[in-house]
Amino acid sequence: MSTLRTTERPAAGGRFRFGDSLAGYGFLAPWLVGFFLLTLGPAIASFYLSLTDYSGLGAANWVGAENYVRIATDDPRFWTAMNVTFTFVLLSVPLKLIFALAVAVALNRGLAGLSFFRAIFYLPSLVGGSVAVAVLWRQVFAGDGLLNQALNALFGFEGPSWISNPSTSLYTLVLLAVWQFGSSMIIFLAGLRQIPQDMYEAASIDGASKARQFLKITLPLLTPVIFFNAVILTIDAFKAFTSAFVISDGTGGPIDSTLFYTLYLYQEAFTNFRFGYASALAWVLVLIIAFFTAMSFLTARFWVHYDD
Amino acid sequence: MTTLALNKIKKSFGNLDIIRGVDLAIGSGEFVVFVGPSGCGKSTLLRMIAGLEPISGGELSIGGERMNERAASERGIAMVFQSYALYPHMSVYKNMSFGLETAKMPKPEIDKRVRKAADILQITHLLERKPKQLSGGQRQRVAIGRAIVRDPKIFLFDEPLSNLDAELRVQTRVEIAKLHKDIGATMIYVTHDQVEAMTLADRIVVLRAGVIEQHGTPLEIYNRPANRFVAGFIGSPKMNFLDVVASDVRDDGVSIDLAGRKARLPIEARVVDGAKLSLGLRPEHIGTDETGGLDLGALTVVHVEHLGGQTVVYGRLVDGQSLTVALDGQRAISAGSTLAVRIAAENCHLFDEAGDRIGK
Repeated sequence: MSTLRTTERPAAGGRFRFGDSLAGYGFLAPWLVGFFLLTLGPAIASFYLSLTDYSGLGAANWVGAENYVRIATDDPRFWTAMNVTFTFVLLSVPLKLIFALAVAVALNRGLAGLSFFRAIFYLPSLVGGSVAVAVLWRQVFAGDGLLNQALNALFGFEGPSWISNPSTSLYTLVLLAVWQFGSSMIIFLAGLRQIPQDMYEAASIDGASKARQFLKITLPLLTPVIFFNAVILTIDAFKAFTSAFVISDGTGGPIDSTLFYTLYLYQEAFTNFRFGYASALAWVLVLIIAFFTAMSFLTARFWVHYDD
Repeated sequence: MTTLALNKIKKSFGNLDIIRGVDLAIGSGEFVVFVGPSGCGKSTLLRMIAGLEPISGGELSIGGERMNERAASERGIAMVFQSYALYPHMSVYKNMSFGLETAKMPKPEIDKRVRKAADILQITHLLERKPKQLSGGQRQRVAIGRAIVRDPKIFLFDEPLSNLDAELRVQTRVEIAKLHKDIGATMIYVTHDQVEAMTLADRIVVLRAGVIEQHGTPLEIYNRPANRFVAGFIGSPKMNFLDVVASDVRDDGVSIDLAGRKARLPIEARVVDGAKLSLGLRPEHIGTDETGGLDLGALTVVHVEHLGGQTVVYGRLVDGQSLTVALDGQRAISAGSTLAVRIAAENCHLFDEAGDRIGK
């Protein structure tokens, strides 16, 4: 009999007493209630609704796979939304990763006032997703906005309204997304600090220049963090909504140039009252995100280096 | 031939002086061990030689060339880190070839060097593995292999054995000594372990607070420590220091008074009568059955450690001063008993009040 053991462990194969597990579930209850009522319940309901013609009022009539068939074969705006969303994802995610990493590397060089700059650069991530910043963004890129005023003052250049021009409007939103690089940067910064200093010392004895050290040491050792950030940012980018909604007044305009997938979904549900169809759109998005996440994990073993 | 010369080398961080003027010349093929307690600056000094720490003052030259401003990679050195610092995402082969590839050496030459080093270290079967798949001892070999392929003028080792378990440490120590014999390169080795220092070094450099206290062969340091610090640092169990008073100082020797017992030591001591001195006695030199020499009187035993091959006795002399005695073999001695202890006069060391050695 061990004298060190101060509490009785349940015997092998034994059970916790009922009171113990009750307390456990008691502590879990707030989360469990939230999960079942606010996440899992609506998710299951939306899957059911996606197989109906529910309009928000009245009965939900079973239509089978009809909504999904229409999405795939007979909905040009779905493809517009896909196009906008994929363009946004393919531009904003790499740009944000590169920008966040560049700033993290710059901040990691033992700069004085690091915590100050870290906070400053993180700020856009906290406020950037908000309605207020989207409104502000509209002011900056509007025809008489700050950007054009600056261009005019500096170069005498009369800029267009960047947000009401279909060929530039999406890029202002990409820019807004990249501006919110803070949380990725913080994670990169933490990742950079994990790399032991003696790795760089060994590399400098090996004669590796700073650039070669970055390419051959920093980047490979950072791949788990790059991978994590890429997955999170990709999922976020597919779900982008607020900024597009505010800047285009919920239209996805001009001429559907900022018709993000989630914005289209929102219009179908709350403007056109096609809740059944919108639910089907939501499930298609789930599948798209799941597909890309799965692909990321499948490819990860070829390029992500885990230390242990 | 001198390979490496340190001339009044200094290192300061702000107002804090870490290395305070070190002069040292290291010959080609020599195995030099820097030893000292934590914070003595031994690792800093090694890193300054490596080019990982800027030098605040003085001159460092390797092969007759000033190296202060040269990059680490241009100094003709290779370093084995305490943590090994292997690149975790590269195979053993890549870890060893990285520096050569950086230097744009032709592939066949790289391959030749890596395979030769792997052969010397018997790690050929590990070349395709990643560091995480290796044991501590194997990682250590790879770290040494990475140094060998560079074919450096000087190998630098920063406490390379401190992460290994006791058995492996002894084994690797032997292998490093053999490696030195085989390739004949100059090696500088930092450790706080005096056994490593004694067993590996051609020459030991004892450092304290950024200053060299003494350098010499292991036996010189053991037999003729320059001061109380070195005497206490080298040797295990630690040297005993007893307070004594000098009298009858003449050219051929000095008499000392140890708690009323007088003895004459043949040490040329330039001190005045009545000077307070410190008598240094190594525990392994003190015996119970000797005749002649210095009679230390009766030792009251406080504690005994039976090590099998050795019996270490901790006790007090008549005047209350502590004394440790290391006796060969197994002795039936228990706490509370008394022992008559003596030491041969030639094994006595005298230090003055400043701690410096008296006599030759």
